[in-house]
Amino acid sequence: MNEAPKIALTDVAKAFGSKRVLRGVTLAAAKGESLVIIGGSGTGKSVTLKCVLGLIAPDSGVIRVDGEDVARLRGAARERYLDKFGMLFQGAALFDSLPVWRNVAFRMLSGRKRRPVREAREIAVEKLRRVGLGPETADLFPAELSGGMQKRVGLARAIAGDPEIIFFDEPTTGLDPIMADVINDLIREIVTEMGATALTITHDMSSVRKIADRVAMLHDGVVQWEGPIAALDDSGNPYVDQFIHGRAHGPIEALR
Amino acid sequence: MAAILLVQSFLASIGRTVLGVCRGAGSIAIFGADGVSHIFRPPYYPAEFGRQLLRIGWFSLPVVGLTALFTGAALALQIYAGGARFNAESVVPSIVAIGMTRELGPVLGGLMVAGRVSASVAAELGTMRVTEQIDALTTLSTNPMKYLVAPRLLAATLALPALVAVGDAIGIMGGMLVGVARLGFNPAVYIQNTVDFLEVMDVVSGLVKAAVFGFIIALMGCYMGYHSDRGAQGVGRATTNAVVSASILILAANYFLTEFFFAGA
Repeated sequence: MNEAPKIALTDVAKAFGSKRVLRGVTLAAAKGESLVIIGGSGTGKSVTLKCVLGLIAPDSGVIRVDGEDVARLRGAARERYLDKFGMLFQGAALFDSLPVWRNVAFRMLSGRKRRPVREAREIAVEKLRRVGLGPETADLFPAELSGGMQKRVGLARAIAGDPEIIFFDEPTTGLDPIMADVINDLIREIVTEMGATALTITHDMSSVRKIADRVAMLHDGVVQWEGPIAALDDSGNPYVDQFIHGRAHGPIEALR
Repeated sequence: MAAILLVQSFLASIGRTVLGVCRGAGSIAIFGADGVSHIFRPPYYPAEFGRQLLRIGWFSLPVVGLTALFTGAALALQIYAGGARFNAESVVPSIVAIGMTRELGPVLGGLMVAGRVSASVAAELGTMRVTEQIDALTTLSTNPMKYLVAPRLLAATLALPALVAVGDAIGIMGGMLVGVARLGFNPAVYIQNTVDFLEVMDVVSGLVKAAVFGFIIALMGCYMGYHSDRGAQGVGRATTNAVVSASILILAANYFLTEFFFAGA
């Protein structure tokens, strides 16, 4: 990694009350790279993502995106910073009160990136087509869609602003294996096509193998291992071995 | 020794409660100030404001109207019965008008809208919090305080005076209906009496109260929903807290506003 990383976390720590979720996470993703963070539930994967987005303020450590210290950003600078991002939430997080196309075109309907309504709708329909949804879905409301369709709409919304960085929070949770595979394929295609930097958090190993260029294993609030996807099966790291083989016995304690 | 520990623990629990109340009040004040500041700073969301104005104002009209109608009617009966003890039945029109405009219109209207709007705002924002829709807004470069809170604060503050003005008129009409149909008042005399005794300040003070109540209703709904805990129970608690706190604050604010407007009168 010769050039400066697109996203760099250095010794990031975060505690909620007495619970220390992150104990010094150091991680970097290069421009155009797809980094997947794996780890069990409650190991701080989502907190890591939210710290990068500024939704949660870390207690210590530094987060830099394009070399810029995220903690210092306020007001308009912070909004400009967030323009770089697209995010697919675990439950899609679509706005119930808005039809599908307005969800997808949300960024283009107000604020600095405002465009004429007709143009915003055309872009939304095009993004929906890209994720495999026809124009007839544009006027439906999120509640009228299946879980898989909601994920696709969430994906269309995440890519609608042509972001430089896309976050995927448990993209296949709650989906059947076939739909999960479809979403994984879409993510891989879109990330490659857009040349975006992708940061995915998941515990679905099929997602990891489809999406990742590099993998980082988070446990106990620190990165236990990181390396290229090709090295995952021969990592020699007991945490990674236990996790990818789904064993109940090993260094990761499971509640029984 | 055990008695000392008991007293210590009792005093500690009082201290914790007082600190909790102070922390809560401070947090609500900061949240409210932040929300108000976003009303005046671009970007603006006029469509969202319009939607909230319709929802808080227009759709609350039947509730406020019916409340005012029956309150005005009951008030006329009560004043007539009470006034008869002093041969003062003729005061019915003026007391109904003053009672409705100064006190019952804004307070009962405010409480009814608190039940309807605070609950729905808290439930909506609470659900948005739980389903990560508020986080999604932030990732879409949209400040949730600006998009969700500011339009609701402004809409409720403007809608309540309009609602209460209509409610006042309906309440006075309710009193007149009972006065004419049941108590034998002449309609023209009733209206004349109402107009003669009603002062501008009576109406203005009620409308100012309504604006303050509207702000309280939206503020408590937004605050409780925005800070809702996870899960269905968290949203349920936020909804209950919003209605209870808005109602109590309305009654408290009503006393202080009455003191402000009429203490020296």
